[in-house]
Amino acid sequence: MTAGVLRNLPALVVIVPLFMGLVTAILGRQGRAHWLALATAWVTFGLTGLLAYEVLQSPLGFVTYTFGPWADAVPLNLAARPGAVATPGIEYRVDHLNALFLVIVAGMTAIVILGARLSLKKEIPEDRRHVFYGVLLLCLTGLLGITITGDAFNLYVLLEISSLTAYALVAMGKSRDKRALTASFHYLLLGTVGASLILIGIGYLFMVTGTLNMTEMARILQEEIPRRNKTVSTAFALLLAGFGLKAALFPLHAWLPNAYTYSPSVVSTFLASTATKVGLYAGLRFYFTIFGADYTISTFANEALLFLACAAILHGSVMAIQQTNVKRLLAYSSVAQIGYLVIGFCLVDASGHPIESGVTGSLLHVANHAVVKGALFVAAGAVVYRCGAVHLDDLRGLARKMPLTFTAFAVGGLSLIGVPLTGGFISKWHIVSGAIEGGYYPVVAVILIGSLLAVVYVLRMIEPMVFGKPEEGPQVGEAPPSVILPAWILIGISIYFGVNGGALRELVEGAAKTIAGGGS
Amino acid sequence: MSEQPPLQEPLERLPLAKQPVLRQVTKILIPFVIVFGLYVITHGDYGPGGGFQGGVILAAAYILFALVYGVARARRVIPRKATDVLAAVGVLFYGAVGLVGLFGGGTFLDYDFLGTDPASAQALGMFLVELGVGLTVASVMVTVFTEMVEA
Repeated sequence: MTAGVLRNLPALVVIVPLFMGLVTAILGRQGRAHWLALATAWVTFGLTGLLAYEVLQSPLGFVTYTFGPWADAVPLNLAARPGAVATPGIEYRVDHLNALFLVIVAGMTAIVILGARLSLKKEIPEDRRHVFYGVLLLCLTGLLGITITGDAFNLYVLLEISSLTAYALVAMGKSRDKRALTASFHYLLLGTVGASLILIGIGYLFMVTGTLNMTEMARILQEEIPRRNKTVSTAFALLLAGFGLKAALFPLHAWLPNAYTYSPSVVSTFLASTATKVGLYAGLRFYFTIFGADYTISTFANEALLFLACAAILHGSVMAIQQTNVKRLLAYSSVAQIGYLVIGFCLVDASGHPIESGVTGSLLHVANHAVVKGALFVAAGAVVYRCGAVHLDDLRGLARKMPLTFTAFAVGGLSLIGVPLTGGFISKWHIVSGAIEGGYYPVVAVILIGSLLAVVYVLRMIEPMVFGKPEEGPQVGEAPPSVILPAWILIGISIYFGVNGGALRELVEGAAKTIAGGGS
Repeated sequence: MSEQPPLQEPLERLPLAKQPVLRQVTKILIPFVIVFGLYVITHGDYGPGGGFQGGVILAAAYILFALVYGVARARRVIPRKATDVLAAVGVLFYGAVGLVGLFGGGTFLDYDFLGTDPASAQALGMFLVELGVGLTVASVMVTVFTEMVEA
């Protein structure tokens, strides 16, 4: 049994949430759905942890798994590559990079569901709650599948699973605020455009290489296909735009603020800490592994991305300062943080290689931002639970009324700014030192300005909590422990990252080597 | 969906059911459509067709009935709860076929473990998987149709 689990670990990471999502949707009435989903999420988290451990232990640096008995290669009839062969089966391939994202996605989902029960009781009608949990687990399936798969078309299919379920999750905010429906529809339109671009891009790559296996595709693109192939350049542009949209990179972030603001609190937290990160991962996989850093950095895409990332930081922060709805403020702050996530990967040294400390910084920031933004959205959810809305006015006097929630806001805010001892400091430090190493002084300036702007928008949340006078009328108390518990777990993790990374550091460094070293 | 539509709407009030020719033709056609749907599902591994196409044809039989005799009557044949559950059961069935290989000592979706010789085991695996796909597609088509009509 144990051997069987270990041997099929990569498949089980996706199969367990898929099966349990459906079972939850069928059997989840009378409040069972929460416990089924909670157990599933933690089991899945355990499986990803085990998988990450195997990857760290593996002498090759990766674990691979093939579905079905499709071992034999078949001949292809391709004009571009006479005599080419390909293996038709789907392969799952886990190296340090996807192990890191798998652990983040599964871990964040497990922690988010921990506090979901009471807050969903207020936000989702009883007869839809089992469907909600089922859809949430299916979305997790899609996100984990995108991250784990080594097959380009399989990635697209799972991308659609995660996107369609995400639209449904956002739309379920309609019982609290009808605008969730338009937000979801907006997200659906843009998400579908992004997915179509990705599909066409993958199609072009398939046309040129004759394979969908990412490792094979990478080898053929980097060894057999002449560099300036127009089909390859087109595919690259399409994929970049598609994944940019999924990761909400400025200026393709228009779907994000409304989707985060009007969805149920649990969904805001879940999407903020997982969905955009997975979009980023898929982009990285194509950018560095499949096309290869030699190709991508030689195109002007690299400078364009660097510019857009800087623009994202400034635009997101400035917009965040102007918001009066806390969830929307946090959403724009996410737009800015995605800039930090991208910046580190675009820093290049004189010889045209990615700078390792920049890459490490951005990878660390993926984990840090997932954790911190998760904590802040949980805290915002706790305010929604007590007050029904989260305008800055609702926060007045919160420090006295809900001290636990307030502390979560405060520490999370400090980490967003990047104050020492929080995780945000470590990742920004790495990115800045990478930027200095490569002589990118304007980028350093942008990061510092971005941090100052973050001080402003964090203070706009903290100031009314501490100095604002509570309104007259019924006094609200602290949110129930189970609602605020995930925020505290996440804050603890954030501080732990700030002081000592542990196993995460090992994964991040391995992943940074994968990227900086030019593919696995 | 707080209140159900009246169960027995008189046939005279349904514009299509008023036509005797339509009523009779529908009654005659539906069994053939269902058999054809099952044929397309089960012969997907040999010829054109498969779970998706067959599932849609099965749902078409139901939709034809609902168009002529009204959604309320159609919903009595297959209630909402049934389509919700069947849609999930189809996927679970597909997955369960995949698990046979996994528990048999192979990998997920390795059909060789379904029978004694690989060729017939592969055929059986494909057939079972198509059955699951057909079930899910038919239920989802029915759900999409009835949701749009009832909304």
